[in-house]
Amino acid sequence: MRANTWAGRNKVKVRDVPDPKILNERDAIVRITSTAICGSDLHLLDGYVPTMQDGDVMGHEFMGEVIEVGRGVDPGRLRVGDRVVVPFPIACGACGACAAELFSCCENSNPNAGLGEKMFGHPVAGMFGYSRLTGGFAGGQAQYARVPFADVGPLKIESDLTDEQVLFLSDILPTGYMGADLCDIQSTDVVAVWGAGPVGQFAMDSARVLGAAKVIAIDKEPYRLQMAERAGYTPVNFEEVDVRSRLLELTGGRGPDKCIDAVGMEASHGSAHVHAYDRVKQAVRSETERPHALRQAILSCRSGGIVSVIGVYGGFLDKFPVGAWMNRALTLRTGQCHVQRYMKPLLQRIERGEIDPTRVITHTLPLDQAERGFEIFKNKQDHCEKVVLKP
Amino acid sequence: MTQLAIREAVKARQDEIQRRGRGLGWMSLGLGMAQLAAPDAVRRISGVDDSPTSRMVVPLVGARELAHAAGLLTSRRKSIWAWTRVLGDAMDLASLGVAIAHRAGRRRRRLVGVTGAVVGITVVDLLTAVQATRAKRIGTVRGLREGGSMELTATTTIRKPPPKVYEFWRDLGNLPTFMTHLEEVRTTGDRTSHWSASPVFGKNVEWDAEIVDEAPGEKIAWRSTGNADVPNTGTVRFGPAPDGVSTEVHVVLSYDIPGGALGKAVARYFGEEPHQQLDDDLRRLKQVMETGQVVRSDGAPWGKRARKEFPQRPAQPLSDAELAKGADA
Repeated sequence: MRANTWAGRNKVKVRDVPDPKILNERDAIVRITSTAICGSDLHLLDGYVPTMQDGDVMGHEFMGEVIEVGRGVDPGRLRVGDRVVVPFPIACGACGACAAELFSCCENSNPNAGLGEKMFGHPVAGMFGYSRLTGGFAGGQAQYARVPFADVGPLKIESDLTDEQVLFLSDILPTGYMGADLCDIQSTDVVAVWGAGPVGQFAMDSARVLGAAKVIAIDKEPYRLQMAERAGYTPVNFEEVDVRSRLLELTGGRGPDKCIDAVGMEASHGSAHVHAYDRVKQAVRSETERPHALRQAILSCRSGGIVSVIGVYGGFLDKFPVGAWMNRALTLRTGQCHVQRYMKPLLQRIERGEIDPTRVITHTLPLDQAERGFEIFKNKQDHCEKVVLKP
Repeated sequence: MTQLAIREAVKARQDEIQRRGRGLGWMSLGLGMAQLAAPDAVRRISGVDDSPTSRMVVPLVGARELAHAAGLLTSRRKSIWAWTRVLGDAMDLASLGVAIAHRAGRRRRRLVGVTGAVVGITVVDLLTAVQATRAKRIGTVRGLREGGSMELTATTTIRKPPPKVYEFWRDLGNLPTFMTHLEEVRTTGDRTSHWSASPVFGKNVEWDAEIVDEAPGEKIAWRSTGNADVPNTGTVRFGPAPDGVSTEVHVVLSYDIPGGALGKAVARYFGEEPHQQLDDDLRRLKQVMETGQVVRSDGAPWGKRARKEFPQRPAQPLSDAELAKGADA
């Protein structure tokens, strides 16, 4: 089959690889009808996630049709012919973490748990196409994928919604939603979202449907801010204004009640010397993150507020404003998205028309043009927000 | 002593050696600084202030002391650095001997005094070096090449009640499904069994074992019997976790590693981090108990053969040829 693979730092390559086969009894094979490039794929592309290997099939946002199931798959849950969206964390459904609905921390799905344990203290779940730290599973930017624990994760789509309407249930919509969900949003809350990429846009939509009084979008790309503004959110361009003063102005001096970091480890900073400081430290690997968004969110949040982090971090950072966090009684909440927890309720919101995930799609390309897709997405060319690939 | 007490005693001894090594390091630092900063004072106290050679030698000895200090204070390998101190002491004593032979009176008395002090330090250095070398043999896998005993502990929590997990383990034939170093365990009697190691332990390693203590649902203890190549004992305890549904599994395995080729193979298998193997074994036990199978990925498709996992193959589907060889081949 054709698959988009990692070919070294800053390089992806579509090539021929073997078709996937059943390896475990509860596997299914899915023929992929739609897949997407995620912002977190860029961390892999840029080489900031260790343990990638030449030839790794990338991609963790995909959906398609079940063409084969292992003999351990409960036919009551999944059959050949089912149309499914596949959540990016692989979860067994049986361990303590899954029982607590912490699916992205599944204790069984990562065969390289020992590696993750060294890096993170405790292992994390297996994930599709996301390095050896998360198990070394082939991803979904391909024609077919093997889906482990197929009777647990995949969500059957039985209505006639289009692929584009439901594809993002695999990752970015639940991820954005979890960012808002972790904020315990009240009707009086002003919610600020750092990052107006696809996850940020969905965090804003989610803050809106969860009843926030006002939603603010912080980014530097005018076209992304316009996209947020068109959806009804207040744009703040950090290259044009001082974010903290602007947020104070927009909140009567209180600061946002809830802050969401939808940026993660490769943030840009409006102030050149601060950016350079972290860029250099990251380049020489003396910190692995460029955490401007997180620092700014903590400093901006009102006392007693909640900062929720859904942007991806991988290692260590410095200049963490621990004083602000501690003295102002902030709550920090975070996690890789427990997608399985949110898929069904979000599907219902899509069916009811409360959220329109298609609004972030700017490009649809054939899988064979994945390399171009990565290039325009990474460099924000052609007003690129979200690339969908068709195998 | 219980196994736990032995382990703690070994650890206490290693801590003590680290502490003493650091002490020697600080002493080297002090001596070295003095010799470099105030060589003339050192020469006067030692009674060698009449020799032009000593003007050159004292700072050199000082520099050497700083090298000892750097090694002893920064490295955990205290044995090597303690031996370098012993070597330095020998050099110092030799020079002092020559100096004494050429002097008389007040200077000679001073030299004898200094020599006495150096002899005292040499005794401490020698003791530390010998003990550090011995402790290294006991405490690390490197030492296993020469034989020795090794104890491994690991623990996990499984979301099944203790009787279920106990029952699975008590059927000893199940052990090879998650323990890499086992090929087969065959039950030969009510409490006796025959075990064969997988090739990771070297070829044709087999032994008989018997259960020496058990409490249904709580505990199984066994030991090898007869003339086992690698005499070993094991204990597993199953206790209820606070959540009321899960089992905490605590395993202690201990091996008498023989010398020779077999010992080397065993040491190679356990590698630099022997605990990792048992941790991975228990992770697979958890996978089997909770999900029915050992989980495989495209990058790591070999199931229980964790030693084969690094470096891993690319995270792309296996070819027919690879699959035909068998993911477990």
